[in-house]
Amino acid sequence: MRLSKFTKASVYTMVAAALTVGVLAGGEARAEDGQYVPGMVYRTGPYAPGGIPWADGYADYFTLLNERDGGIGGVKILYDECDSAYNNDKGVECYEKMKGQGPTGASAFQPLSTGISYAILDRVRADKIPLITSGLGRADASVGSVFPYVFTLPVTYWAGADAIVQYIGQQEKGALKGKKIALVYHDSAYGKEPIKTLEALAAKEGFELSLFPVPHPGLEQKATWLKIGRQLRPDYVIMWGWGVMNATALKEAAAVGFPMDHFIGVWWSGSEVDMNAAGAVAKGFKAAQFILPGNSFGVYKDLKTKVFDAGKAKGEAAEHGTVIYNRGLGAALLTAEGIKVAQDKFGKKPLTGEQIQWGVEHINLSPERLEQIGFSGMINPVKLSCNDHEGGGSVIITQWDGKEWQPASDWIMPRREGFLRPMYEESAMAYAKEKGITPRDCSKE
Amino acid sequence: MDFLYNILVAPFAMIGAAPSFFVEVLIGGLLSGVMYSLVALGFVLIFKASGVFNFAQGAMVLFAALFFAGFMDKGIPWYGALPLTVLVMLVLAMGIERVVLRPLVNQPHIILFMATIGVSYFLDGLGQTIWGSEMRVLNIGIPQNPINMGPIQVNAFDIVAAVVAGSLVAALALFFQYTRIGRALRAVADDHQAALSVGIPLKTIWAIVWTVAGVVGLVAGVMWGAKLGVQFSLAMVALKALPVLILGGFTSIPGAIVGGLIIGAGEKVAEVFWADAIGGGIEDWFAYMLALAFLLFRPQGLFGDKIIERV
Repeated sequence: MRLSKFTKASVYTMVAAALTVGVLAGGEARAEDGQYVPGMVYRTGPYAPGGIPWADGYADYFTLLNERDGGIGGVKILYDECDSAYNNDKGVECYEKMKGQGPTGASAFQPLSTGISYAILDRVRADKIPLITSGLGRADASVGSVFPYVFTLPVTYWAGADAIVQYIGQQEKGALKGKKIALVYHDSAYGKEPIKTLEALAAKEGFELSLFPVPHPGLEQKATWLKIGRQLRPDYVIMWGWGVMNATALKEAAAVGFPMDHFIGVWWSGSEVDMNAAGAVAKGFKAAQFILPGNSFGVYKDLKTKVFDAGKAKGEAAEHGTVIYNRGLGAALLTAEGIKVAQDKFGKKPLTGEQIQWGVEHINLSPERLEQIGFSGMINPVKLSCNDHEGGGSVIITQWDGKEWQPASDWIMPRREGFLRPMYEESAMAYAKEKGITPRDCSKE
Repeated sequence: MDFLYNILVAPFAMIGAAPSFFVEVLIGGLLSGVMYSLVALGFVLIFKASGVFNFAQGAMVLFAALFFAGFMDKGIPWYGALPLTVLVMLVLAMGIERVVLRPLVNQPHIILFMATIGVSYFLDGLGQTIWGSEMRVLNIGIPQNPINMGPIQVNAFDIVAAVVAGSLVAALALFFQYTRIGRALRAVADDHQAALSVGIPLKTIWAIVWTVAGVVGLVAGVMWGAKLGVQFSLAMVALKALPVLILGGFTSIPGAIVGGLIIGAGEKVAEVFWADAIGGGIEDWFAYMLALAFLLFRPQGLFGDKIIERV
């Protein structure tokens, strides 16, 4: 009995000690001088298999900057994570918890979730913190005059949909009229994003578009694929999936004998994780990418010596060079570049979100700059301005050869002028009207 | 008017125009239903023995699959990984009995139900802490190619799953009907205190039934894991089992199978032939609607025990 009491007392003491140490350590980290970068990631929940490599890539790039350069412009990066579990409520909690951390508050948020991006859209505007939705989020946020704190570089979903249709057009020698194209999509804000663009393209190019929503999480799609593969029999299927939905779709597509080389996914449907889960049937599947996989790019030289070999990598070596890990690296590059550009104007010191907004808005990742920082070939150049928060990025189609992604096209430039940009403007102005926002005059900035 | 036409006329015209496609959808649905039944069986076993709706069954499916896939990743062949995982599920069952159930004997069922919610969160976290949240590929050599039988196409994987589920049900039926433990389980299911009074060891029975439910979870986890990869989403397959249970009854093993078949076939046929009339994507919630409608007329389910309230 006495021993039991002693054991209990010991446990309580250890817990109290651990909490005290944790609080002190946390306090010490917060008091440290540097630029605070929040990592709103998901390492748990149903979408963790895709969230983990992205989070690791995002974290590893800031570790590299700290280890190699002592941070950005000599200002150490204070990186911290909060797990949203791809859940909008938790995402908002993470945002509120992290926005005021560090000496000058959060630098920029990248939630890796269209739903969370929607949920914090008004908050980032009020708090003056940049929200970078790289390859996700709402496309009309590319209009900087209405969405000053949201950045969609290098491409939006609408741009991705246009690039995929352009690629299908190339395969069909320009003759899309009368063709049948099906869209299988995650029945969420994310999955519905390309519909408007595809409907406009169907009207413009003369193809017939059929829509197939798949409810979250997409564990069961047999009926959907019976309709597609055995009833509609489309010429091409485009997929806007995420998580377990992707592998399930690939397996069900194979089960109805749909040809994989006519099945094209958006970038969130095109990771090694999904292909490995689907197994041999995935061979031939295609996916649009805005960042290429591989570990032969310049940045990997320093990552290897300063992060991987030094035992400071967040994840396992097997994920290095995979497409989502590289997307995490690329996302971190955008935040880091925004801080760097802002430092050039405001000085090399910890900066506020408002100052970093200026930096992100003036990012110019030219071929020379990409070469200099080791990202040449992984991502195409982008240049932002006050009104253009997308920056003119491009898309490449890749094909799964059973082991890795191989390029199946050249870089495709989405048709922004005269097509996507007017759609962005129209949608953004409707949003501004609904929210009572007066668009800023970019001609004066 | 168009809506009524799309609900009442168009689907039947479609079926009449392509009856072989209707048969294909029906077979596909029945085979999918078998996969739901695999998960539902675990719920039924624990409900039969303790009257508790085990909210943690989905987490047990994921937990078992994580260990099985994890052992295989360590280089252990499947015939070694299988008994090792069964051992893990046995230890887990004994742990749940000792830590969660034993202190709650004779407590209202809602208390036990709440406890299983806690177990569910614990297992989700523990499995991922040990094996990580990354997706694990589970390749046990089941073919995934389509098989053509005249104009009808069937997935080879679904046929294997149906055979596995059928064998499992047969084994469970024999176990419950012809073994002493099986009879003791049924006695415990009827009345805890009466079973205790005639010398049936309640603690042992609970440990056994949770182990058997764990093994059923393992089989479901392996089949679903082979289909989707072993990842957190596997815990969500439990959601597919709920309408099956409502339809088949919470206490009947044949009910879990028949319920699964009806739900599987119903949702596939509804999605293919009726979904367009209501905007598509009804596959997921149709099963719940069907179950709700069923509750109105037969709340105990098709094979459930008849509800008798004595005043």
